Amino acid sequence: MIEIRIHGRGGQGTVIASQILAEAAFREGKHVQAFPSFGSERRGAPVAAFVRLDTEPILVRTEIYEPDGLIVLDQSLILQKLVDVTQGLKEGGWILVNSSHPPEDFAHLGPYRLATVDASRIAAEHRLGSITAPIVNTAILGAFSAFTGLVGLEAIAEAISATVPVKSEANVEAARAAAVAVSVAEPAPAGR
Amino acid sequence: MRKVLKGNGAVAEAVRLARAEVISAYPITPQTSIIEEIASMVSRGSLEAQFIKVESEHSALAGCIAAASAGARTFTATSAQGLALMHELIHWAAGGRLPIVLADVNRAMAPGWSIWTDQNDTLSQRDTGWMQVYCQSSQEVVDSVVQAYKVSERVLLPTMVVLDAFFLSHTYEDVEVPEQVMVDRFLPPLELPHRMDMERPAALGNLVFPDRYMEFREKMDLAHGVALGVWEEVGREWGELTGRPYGLVEEYRMDGAELVLVTAATTASTARPVIDALREAGVPAGLLRLRVFRPFPAERIRAILGGRKKVVILDRNCSFGHHGIFHQEIKSALYELPHGEQPVLHGIIAGLGGRDITPDDLHGMLDGAWSGKITAPVTWWDVLPVKDRERAAVTMVEGG
Repeated sequence: MIEIRIHGRGGQGTVIASQILAEAAFREGKHVQAFPSFGSERRGAPVAAFVRLDTEPILVRTEIYEPDGLIVLDQSLILQKLVDVTQGLKEGGWILVNSSHPPEDFAHLGPYRLATVDASRIAAEHRLGSITAPIVNTAILGAFSAFTGLVGLEAIAEAISATVPVKSEANVEAARAAAVAVSVAEPAPAGR
Repeated sequence: MRKVLKGNGAVAEAVRLARAEVISAYPITPQTSIIEEIASMVSRGSLEAQFIKVESEHSALAGCIAAASAGARTFTATSAQGLALMHELIHWAAGGRLPIVLADVNRAMAPGWSIWTDQNDTLSQRDTGWMQVYCQSSQEVVDSVVQAYKVSERVLLPTMVVLDAFFLSHTYEDVEVPEQVMVDRFLPPLELPHRMDMERPAALGNLVFPDRYMEFREKMDLAHGVALGVWEEVGREWGELTGRPYGLVEEYRMDGAELVLVTAATTASTARPVIDALREAGVPAGLLRLRVFRPFPAERIRAILGGRKKVVILDRNCSFGHHGIFHQEIKSALYELPHGEQPVLHGIIAGLGGRDITPDDLHGMLDGAWSGKITAPVTWWDVLPVKDRERAAVTMVEGG
């Protein structure tokens, strides 16, 4: 079973990202769970959403405490230390950050597999949301597919088309662009 | 057809498949998205029904009672304070022998204000005459709502289908949504024998003198007895149609089990890998999941638990002053066992107000009971330590 935690801010489509990811994996024949952090959400405040993927039916019905990987929609959560994003992240886990910086800039997070993609720029180029508040949740899933290989890009595209009613083509194109643009760090040396 | 749905969406799909004719409901977190989805189905025309918007839960159930009295298939949904506000009419619906189906998303009662899950809202309605089914997955939610109509309409008692706040209501997962044709064959249109009918004038809900009232109440009690068999029969029939049979309770790895966890709802799902792990470690553990809580399958439970060594009953609820409620009920069911077959019971109260019950918690409870570390008849799990019980009991502040 793969467990993923998605960090973002209220209004960025964090919960929708978890749903699209689950829908995409489901289309590849996986059993899935996707859920928000169980609380009330406010626009701009840090939020999290969770995804489980498995080839077997998923029996565990609890929150996720030790994810295999993280998707961070807003790098300010890390840079301003608003959230301890790596809390509980499994050893050797992966982190994908929406950032214009190279992934090596996040090496301070620990010995994890790192990748970045400028999903904000890609989303803005595809006119998703506004330039100041781009909607990055679909773009970053393209990068997720290319980085982790856990879910194919075609399934992500189908899930976006099925889930996102507005500008669904632009959202799919943004995911495809992000899949190409994602930048993956060289593996960190052991014990770092 | 397989779909990714959240628990609340699963309820709505089932209400559509059951062809409910009147939905009367009032929003409350975490239930709201059930009735939002149904309202949208009605406006899109995918469900031909009257959606009555009301000003309170009390009126929501009143709307169902009126429509059901006229012979319509009805549905409502609520949570916590909303269910409590319905309480007067909860009695009315059962006493009127109306086969209403209500989905309750378990939410802890206030104060302290909480939107998260526990079972005290529905279990506070235990003695109203309603039937209650506790679900462990969104699949079971879809299947149970449809089954609830069939059972309710056979025995003329209303049913609450119960799902955990967030752990089910807001969790998306893959669910097999049955075909309409199949559900239509399974669930024929409602023919309520005592419906209001202009051709056969009658009075409903009028004064019943002491010489007759008891007989009506005995009928309700008898109906609960009959309902035990009907739930089993309907669960089997559903299994034949879908490959997903259901019973009153569910046993998991109970062959040779000497240590049994008894619980309900999503926790029972989470517990299964824990039971597997214990078995691998050589502990003879098993799981008994309570599904249908009213009517109460006392005989089945007695037959299953008789002769086991230790039984851990995990309640996500509490009857303040006397145990968790499942614990009470199971203890009373086991009284009729011969002395040598009585298992040692350990009640655990956990997960109130939505506190997560993790596999580690379940390991702790079961290991504790098996090793003899847990000795108390009732344990409040994972709570801040209380230094002075007398003082803690009479202070409102945390701890003590």
